[in-house]
Amino acid sequence: MPPVISAEGLYKIFGRRPQRGVRDLRSGSSREDLREQGLTAAVIDASFSVDPGEIFVVMGLSGSGKSTLIRMVNGLLPATAGELRIGDEVLSQMSPAQVREVRRRRISMVFQHFALLPHRTVGENAAYGLKINGVGRSDREARAERALEMVGLKGWGGYRPDALSGGMQQRVGLARALAADTDVLLMDEAFSALDPLIRRDMQDQLVELQQQLDKTILFITHDLNEAMRLGDRIAMMRDGRIVQIGTSDEILNEPANDYVASFIKDVDRSRVLTAGTVMEKPSQTLGADQGPRTAHKLLRETQNPWLVVLGRDRAPRGVLWEDDVAQAVSAGRDDLPWSDTHEMPVVSHDTPIAELFTLSAQHLCPLVVVDDKGRFAGVVPRVTLLTAAGVGVGADAPESAEPDDPPGAGADASDAAHGLRTTDAQGGDR
Amino acid sequence: MTPQDDSLIPRIPIGDWTDSGIGWLKTNLSWLFDALRSVMSFLVDNLTDLLLLVPALAAIPLFALLALTLRSWKLAVGTVIGFLLVLSMGQWETMIQTMALVLVATAFAVLVAVPLGVLAAVNSTVSAIVKPVMDFMQTMPAFVYLIPAVIFFSIGVVPGIFATIIFALPPGVRMTELGIRQVDSETVEAGEAFGATPWQILRGIQLPLAVPTIMAGVNQVIMLALSMAVVAGMVGADGLGKEVVQAISTQNLPLGVEAGLSVVILAVFLDRLTAALGSPGEYRTSLLSLAQRAIAQRATTGV
Repeated sequence: MPPVISAEGLYKIFGRRPQRGVRDLRSGSSREDLREQGLTAAVIDASFSVDPGEIFVVMGLSGSGKSTLIRMVNGLLPATAGELRIGDEVLSQMSPAQVREVRRRRISMVFQHFALLPHRTVGENAAYGLKINGVGRSDREARAERALEMVGLKGWGGYRPDALSGGMQQRVGLARALAADTDVLLMDEAFSALDPLIRRDMQDQLVELQQQLDKTILFITHDLNEAMRLGDRIAMMRDGRIVQIGTSDEILNEPANDYVASFIKDVDRSRVLTAGTVMEKPSQTLGADQGPRTAHKLLRETQNPWLVVLGRDRAPRGVLWEDDVAQAVSAGRDDLPWSDTHEMPVVSHDTPIAELFTLSAQHLCPLVVVDDKGRFAGVVPRVTLLTAAGVGVGADAPESAEPDDPPGAGADASDAAHGLRTTDAQGGDR
Repeated sequence: MTPQDDSLIPRIPIGDWTDSGIGWLKTNLSWLFDALRSVMSFLVDNLTDLLLLVPALAAIPLFALLALTLRSWKLAVGTVIGFLLVLSMGQWETMIQTMALVLVATAFAVLVAVPLGVLAAVNSTVSAIVKPVMDFMQTMPAFVYLIPAVIFFSIGVVPGIFATIIFALPPGVRMTELGIRQVDSETVEAGEAFGATPWQILRGIQLPLAVPTIMAGVNQVIMLALSMAVVAGMVGADGLGKEVVQAISTQNLPLGVEAGLSVVILAVFLDRLTAALGSPGEYRTSLLSLAQRAIAQRATTGV
């Protein structure tokens, strides 16, 4: 599918005769050079595209140009240079009336400080976009009521915004954007003014609504944890330039430069990394219709004390342990010796690793990871899990790689003696 | 200043120029001034007659009721006491005449000031032109306006109104511009982001949110109009101003004090009333906000 929003070499420069700033920047001048001429380069050569149904997060500190960038997408700030398309319409070539038409039909926006009309009721605020669009009173009231219901504000339509808490006011802001029924939603630091618990709630609700309504969302934030939680893809901005675009995993694991790396130092990796990203593929698996002798042979090759058994549909059937297999071979049995004591823990590939710790502590087995269709995807041994979470500390990662057992993981590692042996090799290259 | 200094600088006859300019206006635009004259005197005369139609003892409770509706019972009580005092001093009729003059002048001033303020708020060029003109209008001694006013409209209430409008206009323009420029930029952006036209944003967002500031400006307009209305007595406008002028020319202290006191009472009444108009939410015991809350209560319980 073609992208909904695509930006190609966007520039935004404030000051007199901004075009000469674009020329200078293209020929290699820096942002500071421009400042000496009295020009402020807010956005420099930004290119990105947002696919239908995607949550695209632009992340940067204040002054990085992200707020300017989002305002260029709906034409509140016209680009100094470059091309911006909404679908197949080029925004920069339109008359003001045409731009307004695009805003009414395709793009709505949620603001950092809510920007509700204090002299109108919650219902009238939610219906604002529809009113501008010329929708009749009864129709827009019904649609506003539905939008309010979606954000959990059913029955609040008659109140004034100042009677509502901050979180509720932002829900009204969200309802106003949803009621307008546009396919693109711009969110400018929409949750930054809310306190952390409510912010978390709103993030969850946004993801839920997005899955329900399949909107394309461009989300601006200065909070990397928020970016990682929400974003299908994230664009990191610094000093007006986009320094990296990628999924949260890509940004965490392959930061494009020191700036991005210094940023992700503080991220709680256990909330961002999923079972699918940290899992390993065991070198051997056993078919469910094979016998203990094959199992024994494979176990010797893999050097692991366990072996995952798969059915013909590649769904995991269970885990065999080397002691049981050895006994079965010496006893001459033909059926697979399932263990009585070890259950097989199965997790979905998109489970955040924060939720894996308890499970991992309860089972000696590595966690078995399956994909959306329930097919075997890989395993997460306990040490892999601890290593993945531990690297998040960033600066002290090299230190912890040095000693044989990292101080934090020591207690757990002792009762995971089996696990340790299996993942020595993998632990090194993480 | 020595004679030498004087001879060095040529005499620039600004006064004469203005005079000939005014004279040109009078001969060429006399139809306009005649029309303005008849409209204004019609309005003031009829408003005065209307207000005097009601006997004073019936009018005072009505004013008190107005005070109660818009502000508080305290202002209502104060209105009754103050206006009874005016009545007992024999200044009721002149006070009503002054009130009519002030109201008409304010209406005209607001009619000019608000659109001009809006223009200045949305257009920086207009703002840059309007600002010095307003400074000029406000600092020029008010009496000076009376001279061309009399030339255009001859003696009577109309030149008084004309001078009053010019003198009272600036705060209306300034406060309107300020009020609109002060509206939260994110709220205006929200209007733009949903595709509202500039006119829709002005009508639906900027003007409503600027109302408290604009009303503060209107309050200032009324106060300035009142102070000018007294000066207007000098050119023959009926009312308290005329009494004051008469008291000065005859050294009549009792009359001067009584007329002056009546001006003060009228000023306090108008000021408190229009201040309440600007921020109705602040006066929770006014009839208006009591009624509004009752309606809001019904609306929310109905949902």
